[in-house]
Amino acid sequence: MTTQSENSAQTGDEFADMQRLVRYGNGHLPEACFLLLQVKNAPAARGWLQNAPVTNAAEIDPRPPAALQVAFTAAGLQALEVPTDIIEDFSTEFIVGMNADVNRCRRLGDTGANAPSNWDWGNEVIPHLLLMLYAQTDELQSWIDTVEDAAFASAFEVQQKLVTATLGPKEPFGFVDGISQPEVDWSNRVSTDLHERNDYINKMKIGEVLLGYINEYGLYTDRPLLDPRLLPAAAILPRAEDNAALHDLGRNGSYLVMRQLDQKVAEFWQFVDSASGGVAAEREQLAAAMVGRQRDGTPLIEAASTSASAEKENDTPPDNQFSFDFDPYGQQCPVGAHIRRANPRTGDLPPGTSGIISRLLRTLGFKRRHPNEDLISSTRFHRLLRRGRAYGPTLVPEDAISEDAIEAERGLHFICLGANILRQFEFVQNAWLMNSKFAGLAGESDPLLGNREPLFGGEATDRFTRPRAGAPARCHAGLPQFVTVKGGAYFFMPGLNALKFIATHADGDDK
Amino acid sequence: MITATIDPAREADLRELIASMNQQPGMADPHNPLIPFFQFTQLHFARLVILEANTNDDIRDYGVEPSAWPPTLSFVGDVDGPRNLFLAELVVRAGDGLRRIFSHCQGFEAESDNLLDWLKTHDVKPKANYVNWRGRTVVQIREEQALGEALRHQLAKESDSAGDGDAQALYGRLKAFVDEEVASLRLRLTPPAPTPPGLLIANFVHLVGVPLILLALSPLFLIAAPFYALRLRRLEESDPENIPRPTLDHVAELAQQEDYLETNQFNVFGQVKPGRFRNYTIRFLLWIVDYTARHIYNRGFLTRIQTINFARWVLIDNNRRVYFASNYDGSLDSYMDDFINKVGWGLNLVFSNGVGYPRTRWLIKGGAKFEGKYKRTLRRNQLPSATWYKGCPGINAIEMARNTRIRKGLEKSNPSLRDMQKWLSLL
Repeated sequence: MTTQSENSAQTGDEFADMQRLVRYGNGHLPEACFLLLQVKNAPAARGWLQNAPVTNAAEIDPRPPAALQVAFTAAGLQALEVPTDIIEDFSTEFIVGMNADVNRCRRLGDTGANAPSNWDWGNEVIPHLLLMLYAQTDELQSWIDTVEDAAFASAFEVQQKLVTATLGPKEPFGFVDGISQPEVDWSNRVSTDLHERNDYINKMKIGEVLLGYINEYGLYTDRPLLDPRLLPAAAILPRAEDNAALHDLGRNGSYLVMRQLDQKVAEFWQFVDSASGGVAAEREQLAAAMVGRQRDGTPLIEAASTSASAEKENDTPPDNQFSFDFDPYGQQCPVGAHIRRANPRTGDLPPGTSGIISRLLRTLGFKRRHPNEDLISSTRFHRLLRRGRAYGPTLVPEDAISEDAIEAERGLHFICLGANILRQFEFVQNAWLMNSKFAGLAGESDPLLGNREPLFGGEATDRFTRPRAGAPARCHAGLPQFVTVKGGAYFFMPGLNALKFIATHADGDDK
Repeated sequence: MITATIDPAREADLRELIASMNQQPGMADPHNPLIPFFQFTQLHFARLVILEANTNDDIRDYGVEPSAWPPTLSFVGDVDGPRNLFLAELVVRAGDGLRRIFSHCQGFEAESDNLLDWLKTHDVKPKANYVNWRGRTVVQIREEQALGEALRHQLAKESDSAGDGDAQALYGRLKAFVDEEVASLRLRLTPPAPTPPGLLIANFVHLVGVPLILLALSPLFLIAAPFYALRLRRLEESDPENIPRPTLDHVAELAQQEDYLETNQFNVFGQVKPGRFRNYTIRFLLWIVDYTARHIYNRGFLTRIQTINFARWVLIDNNRRVYFASNYDGSLDSYMDDFINKVGWGLNLVFSNGVGYPRTRWLIKGGAKFEGKYKRTLRRNQLPSATWYKGCPGINAIEMARNTRIRKGLEKSNPSLRDMQKWLSLL
C-alpha cells in the first residue's frame, strides 16, 4: 500500500501540474467560451501547445484574471500524432467516443431527438481539441484575441465556438445550480475500506477525478504508463505511483465529458403550470418536486438534520448536507426527483447498519426495512465533478408561463470531470437518470433530462410521480421532452507535464 | 439445459437459422415459427446460446494444455412446473423447429430420432439454480401485472381530490372495481396451485438433510481445515490472473443485444482451474449456493442483490468448465458495480475457482474488488445469446413483487385503515 504522503496532492507541485478546472470552477471569471478545434497542421499545433498559456491549479493571490484550459479527444491525440499504442492505453469509452457506438447511445438515452444525427456538433466531425477560455466581465474577447495568435491560425481551424451566458447562480430553468459537488479529498484522509464507509459522505478520493491517484476502490485506474528508455520524451512525465519504472501520462489529468443540453424553458414552465391548473403555489411545488429543490436551492429534504450519522462537513454548504435516509418512500422529495437520481446519497450499506451482527445480516441481504431498500448502488463510486456553464438569454418562470414567451436557444454546456467515464458519467446517465425503473420506480425517467422515448416493448417513460403517505402517488403523465442533446464528446484534460509531452513527443523525430 | 455439439461444417448455417428467429440482434420474436415462445405460458425466459471456448488458451498459464471444446449449442429455459412436462410441450409445439435446429448438431437424425428422448438424454442439470421468487408463475405475474395496470387506469379516472381525504372510501371503490372486473372476466386472479405433497416432503428432507450431513461431516472438516487453508492460500498466491482487455469487437457484439428491455441476458463460459482442489471446492460451494437459493434466498433477493430474475451455474465437460447464465434487471454496468460493491465476496467464492479470475484472499476477499481486472475478465469470458426471450416483458422483479403486494392487499380480510393507506401508497 502507498503511504498517505506519497499519494497526497497537497504539495504545490502537484497543483501546479493540474489544470485549474480540476480544483476550481473559475467562478470568479464570469465570462467563458468554449472552442472546438480541428488540427490543420500537426507540427504547428504542437508548437502552439508548447507555448499555450494554460492555467494551472496552484493557489495564487490575486486569482488569475483569465484562464485557458485544454482537452483532447482520442481523434485529437491521433491528429497530434501521439503514437496509437499510447492512445490505446486510455479507457475504451474515451477511444470509441460518445457518439460512435449505437449501443452506447442507447444506454445514454441519445436516441430519438437526442440521437447524434440531430446534433449541431460532434456527430460527423469529431472535434480534436476543446479550448476553454474564461475571463472577467467584458474581457473575454481580448482574451480570445490573445489566445488566437498568428501561430494558432496556422495550426487549427475553429469548428465551433460555444458561447456562454455570464455566470449567475441559476441554470436556465431558473433553479440555483451547482450546489451539490463532491469535495475532493486532497489531503487523502478518507479511507477506501468498505468497512469504514457505511454512510454517505460528500468526500471523494483524488483518484476519482484524476488519473494516477488512488480511487474509491483503493486502486489506480488504467492509463498510459510510458517507459522513457523506449520513449525518451516521456522522461518529463511524473513517475507512476504504482510502477516506479514507468512515467505516467495520466497523472494529474482527467477525462472531461462535454454535452450541449438544449433546455426548453418556456415549455417546461408551461407544462408545470398547466399540470398545476395555473395555481402559482402548486406550480412552484411541482417544479420543486421535479428538481428536488426549490428555485433558491433549498432542498425538499430538511438539510443537515436528516441523517443521524452524516458527519458535519465544514466545507460542504448547508444546502448540501442531507441524505435521503429518512425519506425512503420519497414523500418529502420524490424518489424520481432530479437531484435524487443524479446523486442518491447512498452509502455502502443501507442506513442504520451498526455493529458486526447487523453488518453481517445486512451483507447477507436480511433486515431490509422496506421492499425498495438497498436498490441503489453506493454513491461514492459514481460522482461527477461538474464544471458546466449555461448559455442563452434569461427567461424567468413568471414570463415563461406566458403564451407569448419566446423559446430562444437556451441551455447548458454540461461539463463533468472524472477518472472513469464508464463508472461515473455513463453510469449516472444510464442507471440513474435515464433508467425508467430507477429505485423501484416504473414508467418515469429523469423529470428534466428524460428523452421520453418508450421502452423497446412500448412502455412509457414520460411520467412523474410524487409519492404521498397513505394515499396513491400523485402521477403526472405525458411529460414532454424538456432537454435535448445538441452535441457532445469525450475529452482527456491532461496535466501540464502530460500536455508538454503531447506537444513535444515528436520533437526528436525532426532532428 | 439442453446441450449438443454443433456439426462444425454446419455452424454458420445454424447461426443464420437462429438469427432468423430474432426481431433484433439476439432478441427473439416471440411469434417466430421455429420456437413460438409466446405459446408457452410457463416460460419465464429462454435462450439459445452457442458455447464457444474463446478463452480456452488461458489455461496454458497454469502449465496445462487446453482440451478441445467444439462449439456447442445450448438451450436454456426457466419454466414453471416439472421440466419433463415442459420438454413434452416443447416437442408438441415446436417439434419441427427444434428438429431443424438440432439437425445442425452431431448425432441427431431429424427423421429417425425421437425428439423427446433425445432432448432428455441431452439435458444437463445445473449444479446451482437461483429463482428470484420461487413459486411465482408466469400466469401469476401476467395476471397481477394486468391488475396493477387496471388499478392505475381506474385511479387516473378518480377525481383529483381523491386520495387526499378518505382512504377507506377510495380503497372500497377500488376493491369494488376489481371485484367487478374479475366477475366480468376482464381481470383474472387465479388462486395459486397448491404445492404437491411429494414436493413439500422432498423440500423438507432437503432443508433438514443438508445441514445434518454437514453436521455429521463437521469433525472431518475441522481436521481438514488447516490443510485446506494452507493449500488455498498457496494457490491464491500463485494462480495466474488473466486480464487482457476484451477486444472492441467482442464488446460491441455483446452490447448490441443489451439494454432494450428492463431485463438483460448474461452468459459467461470459462474453465475451472486445473487440479482436484479447485474442482472439489467449486462443486462444494455450488452445492451450498443451490441449498441457500432453494431454502433461504427464494423471496426476491440473493443476499443484497434484488435484480436477478434467474441464474444458474452449470458444470460441463467433466466438471472442467463452468457456464453461468442469468437474467438480470438493469444494464450490465449497474449489474457489475452492484456485484462488486454488494456481493463481491459471494462472486469470489464461486468464480475465483475459474481460470483467469483476479486474485482473491481467503476465497472471499479481493477478486471482484479489483474493479478493472474483474470487469475485463467478465467481459472477456462473456458470450452473446444467439436468441433470447422474456415471457413477461415490461416489468422487472421489483415491480412483480409490488404487483403481488397489491393483490395481497386486496385479498386481505378486514384490513385496518393503516393497511388500506399502505395499500393505496403502493399504487
